[in-house]
Amino acid sequence: MSSPLKPLPVWADVALIPLLNVAAAFLISGLVVLAIGEDPIEAVRLLIVGALGDLEGIGFTLYYATSFIFTGLAVAVCFHAGLFNIGVEGQAYVAGLGAALACLTLGFLPGYTLVVVAILAAAVFGAAFAAIPGYLQAKRDSHIVITTIMFNYIASALMGYLLVNVLRVPGQMNAETRQFPPGGIVPQFHVLLKPLGIVWPDTPFNLSFLLALVCAAGVWALIWRTRLGFEIRTVGANASAAVYGGISPARVTIITTLLSGALSGGLAVNIILGEEHRLILEYTAGFGFVGIAVALMGRAHPVGIILAAILFGMLYQGGAELAFDKPKISRDMIIVIQGLVVLFAGALEHLFRRPVATLLARRTAHPPI
Amino acid sequence: METFDAFIVILGSGIRLGVPLILACLAGLWSERSGVVDIGLEGKMLTGAFGAAAVAEFTGNAWLGLIAGVVATVAVSLVHGYASIDQRANQIVSGTAINMVTDGLTALIGNAIWGQGGRTPQLPDSALFASIELPFVNALDPVPFLGNVYRHIISGHDIVTYAAFAFVPITYWALYSTRFGLRLRAVGESPAAVDTAGISVRGLRYSAVLICGVLVGLSGVYLALAQAAYFQPHMSAGKGFIALAALVFAKWRPWPALATCLLFGFLDALSIRLQGAVLPFIGAVPVQAIQTLPYILTVVLLAGFIGKATPPKSSGIPYVKER
Repeated sequence: MSSPLKPLPVWADVALIPLLNVAAAFLISGLVVLAIGEDPIEAVRLLIVGALGDLEGIGFTLYYATSFIFTGLAVAVCFHAGLFNIGVEGQAYVAGLGAALACLTLGFLPGYTLVVVAILAAAVFGAAFAAIPGYLQAKRDSHIVITTIMFNYIASALMGYLLVNVLRVPGQMNAETRQFPPGGIVPQFHVLLKPLGIVWPDTPFNLSFLLALVCAAGVWALIWRTRLGFEIRTVGANASAAVYGGISPARVTIITTLLSGALSGGLAVNIILGEEHRLILEYTAGFGFVGIAVALMGRAHPVGIILAAILFGMLYQGGAELAFDKPKISRDMIIVIQGLVVLFAGALEHLFRRPVATLLARRTAHPPI
Repeated sequence: METFDAFIVILGSGIRLGVPLILACLAGLWSERSGVVDIGLEGKMLTGAFGAAAVAEFTGNAWLGLIAGVVATVAVSLVHGYASIDQRANQIVSGTAINMVTDGLTALIGNAIWGQGGRTPQLPDSALFASIELPFVNALDPVPFLGNVYRHIISGHDIVTYAAFAFVPITYWALYSTRFGLRLRAVGESPAAVDTAGISVRGLRYSAVLICGVLVGLSGVYLALAQAAYFQPHMSAGKGFIALAALVFAKWRPWPALATCLLFGFLDALSIRLQGAVLPFIGAVPVQAIQTLPYILTVVLLAGFIGKATPPKSSGIPYVKER
């Protein structure tokens, strides 16, 4: 409890400890499955077959993964500045409004220029909605955690009002907009591959995936290869020291939250422009919160985020198949796993650090002959 | 007179909607005053509701349900305590994890036991907390204003509601008039000073987390066994976060917490009442506007435009003993 922790070797820090944390989360998940009277090994088998067993499963897995890369990056960018943005859910929801308004009002734009404008509109709306909590954190010292929680509810009410009272097609029961024109659609891979003679089953997996990878590369370059990235990391490490380095934490805070909000707009691109082709009620479905788990599991590094996003994509796709075969293991199991990952990879991240450090120290003290 | 009666009825239902907020808000107050930030109130409320409904369903006894709901919530609270106090975790992350795990787990287990998407069967009357009619309700009925107020606002609530109201002065007294309360508030402001005085920071924070668990557990019990008569997945529906907003709005003080929770409960009752109503001069009321008012008010307050909400100085910061 008292002696300070010795630094671990790099391999233990970046690989062993995170793996142990995630393993603990999955071990407890297995016990939960056991407790409700199902076989965890069989559940894992069904889950993996459902997620990766055929091209259709893989398509859906990658479609979900695309969403999680965007929301994971959005959360991670803020992590680097020491900010906890719980509002990705609401920012993505409002970003959907931007994408929809562009598609519904600018249908005259030629070809695919519309979709480009719609993507930019999603980013701008997401950023604008994040701007208020960001500004309040930077200039008025209001805690971004509380304000973004409040803003999630404000987003939900605002969008509910707009979809039910303003954007709904007159005479329609469902609270949703009309279909977007063809130019406002991000093409799906099975459509693109058809002319090339490649048959890919009909899945919502679309070009947004490539955009997500580009964003991941962009975030990596920004955080570790630019002056702004250095400023973000410095503010995250020690805001008062950053001031002595001539960095304005307020400015960095606002820029970071804007970036985060813009990245959360990617969720709208993937789901609204890539699959639904219309704005629907509560389309975000908690995916903004999945971003928290993905960012923590991926340790806020783009490569880690992509891997974690694919794992969560497998969980969502395989989990749906699993719930179909084993009704007792409903999709709520995925939320449990997600929460346990946040608990062990986030809150209890140091749980295994001391035992591992002790073990390694003992081995170096008495090297095995 | 008729609008006045309607107003009394809305006030009464505002109180019923405010009770879970009061309990959860006081729970958060205890925790955060000791320096442990708790955004997991939502998940804990759900835990309390599930534990209470599950045991009440099996035993048919409301009191056993209450005990189960509180015990389950305290257990979850201790996980947050362990992460926050012993593991020095990021308390926001820990709270988020608790919200996710409990949200999924209650629905999953509920679904595994009862099917029906996780909803318990309707609970029998013996498993519920019935409303208590206070003496003289009928005697006071003929009195014009008072009779109505007494019948609809003061009388006719269940035991958990009266307990919730009693916890406000108890919390006030315990925090401001006892040695324990003084130390607890001190540990939220300056744990190092408390430690120097030879008092256990860890012990104080764990007791706060424990009290928090009991109170927020009761709010869940109220949801399942007094308000709804069943458990349903996600039934807390954001009330834990409204309680959090109320806590900020009340600036972490018990009496303002009561007032804020009643105000938010009243707004909730009003928005239900005005659903689809058309008012003169205003037209159709956008119910969403009333429903978001608590969140907007809290953000405005946090922004420092109406007074300043300053949290306990050391809340959210793990205490590291000097080495």
